[in-house]
Amino acid sequence: MDIKVDVRESKGDSYVVDLNGEIDVYTSPKVKDAIGELIDKGHYNLVINLEKVRYIDSTGLGVLIGGLKRVREHGGTVNLVCTNPQIKKIFDITGLVKIFGIYDDEDAAMQALV
Amino acid sequence: MNQPAVQPQGGTLGVVELRIPSKAEWVAVARLAVAAVANRLNFSIEDIEDVKLAVAEACTNCIQHAEGSDQIQITCETGPEGLTVRVRDFGHGTRPDGIRSRPADEPPVGGLGVFLIRSLMDSVEYDVHPERGTNLVMTKKVAN
Repeated sequence: MDIKVDVRESKGDSYVVDLNGEIDVYTSPKVKDAIGELIDKGHYNLVINLEKVRYIDSTGLGVLIGGLKRVREHGGTVNLVCTNPQIKKIFDITGLVKIFGIYDDEDAAMQALV
Repeated sequence: MNQPAVQPQGGTLGVVELRIPSKAEWVAVARLAVAAVANRLNFSIEDIEDVKLAVAEACTNCIQHAEGSDQIQITCETGPEGLTVRVRDFGHGTRPDGIRSRPADEPPVGGLGVFLIRSLMDSVEYDVHPERGTNLVMTKKVAN
């Protein structure tokens, strides 16, 4: 079980973080490091693409929430791309649908940043 | 491998036990094992995913909160009504009310695990003992 993290620059000063795999208590530090590194470099508008994420637990949610809190302090935001019904269900029952913008594709998530 | 679903008869239990090191890299083994057990019952894919996540959250709580425990014991019991999973650590005991349980109306960074367990399973009980550790018993019923 592992997570693959790819970071790429997109429109303007926004960045896309592509995640592929399972985000749990073991793999979430890798995701946290990637997001933290972007924020440390002053990039506060992020799209995190969960399309290839098969599983996420509360530690993974915590990493996303932590990233969102940090970018909001600088007027930025984090939008998510997710269509996996099981993962969307987790965002729904935890109430995270109220604090994250969750979109069906990357273009929509990117447009909502600006 | 296409195996027939287990059809539990009244009173007859199938028991599967697993013990893992209390380390993050082993949680995936626990959730996959429990998913395999749940797959032998008539659970929907969605219900199997619920059980997987609940067990993983329980193991994560053991790793993060059970001081002095280096093992986690997971016991699955298949019964007439569904699946009962016991997740036990051997630490000094962490009360579930000591772990915050809440939805994320505001951005918290911790405390979602217990909330998820309670949301995804049909019944959840904690037995916290200062010497024996914490025993979490949770049940998922098979939908009729």
